[in-house]
Amino acid sequence: MKLKKNIATSEAGFIFNPATGDSFAANPLAADILARAKAGQDAAAIKADILERYDVAPGQLEKDWDDLLAQLREFNLLD
Amino acid sequence: MKLPYERPTLRKLTAGALNKFGPRAGVRPVTALDGVAVGELVARFGSPLFVLSERQLRRSYQAAVRAFGTRYPRVQLAWSYKTNYLNAVCRVFHQEGAWAEVVSGMELEKALLNGVPGPHILFNGPGKRRADLERACAVDAVVHLDNADELHLLLDVAAGRPRRPRVALRVNLNAGIVPQWDRFGFNLENGEAWQALSRLVASGQLELVGLHCHIGTYILQPAAYGAAATKLAALAQRCARELHTVVQYLDLGGGFPSTNTLKGAYLPATDTVPPLDDYAEAVAGALLGAGFKTDDLPLLVLEAGRALVDEAGSLIGTVLANKRLADGRRATILDFGVNLLFTSFWYDHHISPTREFSADTEPTVLYGPLCMNIDMLRESIALPLLAPGDTVVVHKVGAYNMSQWQQFINLRPYVVLIDQAGQPHVIRAAETLEYLQQLEQVPAHLLG
Repeated sequence: MKLKKNIATSEAGFIFNPATGDSFAANPLAADILARAKAGQDAAAIKADILERYDVAPGQLEKDWDDLLAQLREFNLLD
Repeated sequence: MKLPYERPTLRKLTAGALNKFGPRAGVRPVTALDGVAVGELVARFGSPLFVLSERQLRRSYQAAVRAFGTRYPRVQLAWSYKTNYLNAVCRVFHQEGAWAEVVSGMELEKALLNGVPGPHILFNGPGKRRADLERACAVDAVVHLDNADELHLLLDVAAGRPRRPRVALRVNLNAGIVPQWDRFGFNLENGEAWQALSRLVASGQLELVGLHCHIGTYILQPAAYGAAATKLAALAQRCARELHTVVQYLDLGGGFPSTNTLKGAYLPATDTVPPLDDYAEAVAGALLGAGFKTDDLPLLVLEAGRALVDEAGSLIGTVLANKRLADGRRATILDFGVNLLFTSFWYDHHISPTREFSADTEPTVLYGPLCMNIDMLRESIALPLLAPGDTVVVHKVGAYNMSQWQQFINLRPYVVLIDQAGQPHVIRAAETLEYLQQLEQVPAHLLG
């Protein structure tokens, strides 16, 4: 997952794409993931941390991870 | 202790005019129905599951009686069987005092088996067969005549009987609304109804006891009922004056709405549907002002269906899967579809989760499990981040679903009634493959 460099994110989950003017609201987990990705953390480390902290099965997380990537692609937020 | 998990999701923010109308925003979970936990119901009876509240059935019936009975001295409700003819539901209404309004030979037999006396059964419908009319005459049900062919068929059936069959004439009329329903009964304005009345009275073989009209379905204009009542009352007075026949009852039919929101409506039905009191006010005002002497006021009959049963029914279902459509929209597949929730073709049903979620919601397309493109329950609904295995409750599904449901691709599920003490009772068992195949036969050359 590689977010476009110009994408602005906030801790509260507000995401802004200055190239298009689009803005988005991320729920807390999505906001956390995007912040870590922006900080350079790789996908495996982010997922391992989520599995450690949250009550979720690995298979479910993988499925939802793929879905998040699909949303980011759909919204044109990935490089 | 690990944190509760909700899938990561994004929602595009769109600027637009704020809507100050509509219900409170946010999704509230419904964890129990009539005090019985949804989880317990699903554990006992499986999912999907229809649940009916006996308390609400009685409450709705009593509210309707109160609305009309406090405004007009002689009121009788006739339960519209086609709306939901599960015997337990019918018997609740009959216990409350309802007659039966039936529209086929099968429904007539159901009403008789439910203990309704023949004279308290009103036989409507446009498609009565000779055998149906013979049966209705034998049990002294009131035949609501729909057309001239039926009138002549009944005259034929009536010949030689010791007792004259009791009949009412179905009348269609202009009540000031569109569309004007003219497929049921004889038209008033073009003189057809009067011609039929004259003929049936002149025959001497039938006893005219009532006049009936049914102006439509989900009618949102109480004044239309007032207009219909005025016209029926005038027709009854003309019968007394010119045919020397006293009409005992005026039947204003049904068509009263529930608070389900019609597809395409701008505002939710809870904000726009008039209370039943408004309909009662219009009808009672028209009849009391029609010029009848107090002792000659006809009985007012109402064939309420949806307004009595819709709110008492709920459908519990389970999320089978989530997916994302090609345009990025979220889609959720439930274990029930249009096969069970027929009314999703008409309504944007209110659907609740059954556990607490965060405030985050996602616009979602709701699909049923059928391998058919039409199997869509909601085109767009804001729901929390449901996961496979989560349950939902669809509200106000008591009318038409349990009579118009289809055995298609899946078997039909349990229906339970929660009694007034909070005890669930099975009132229709879940279907089995054996039940489904009972009537099938395989020719010998296809066996082996």
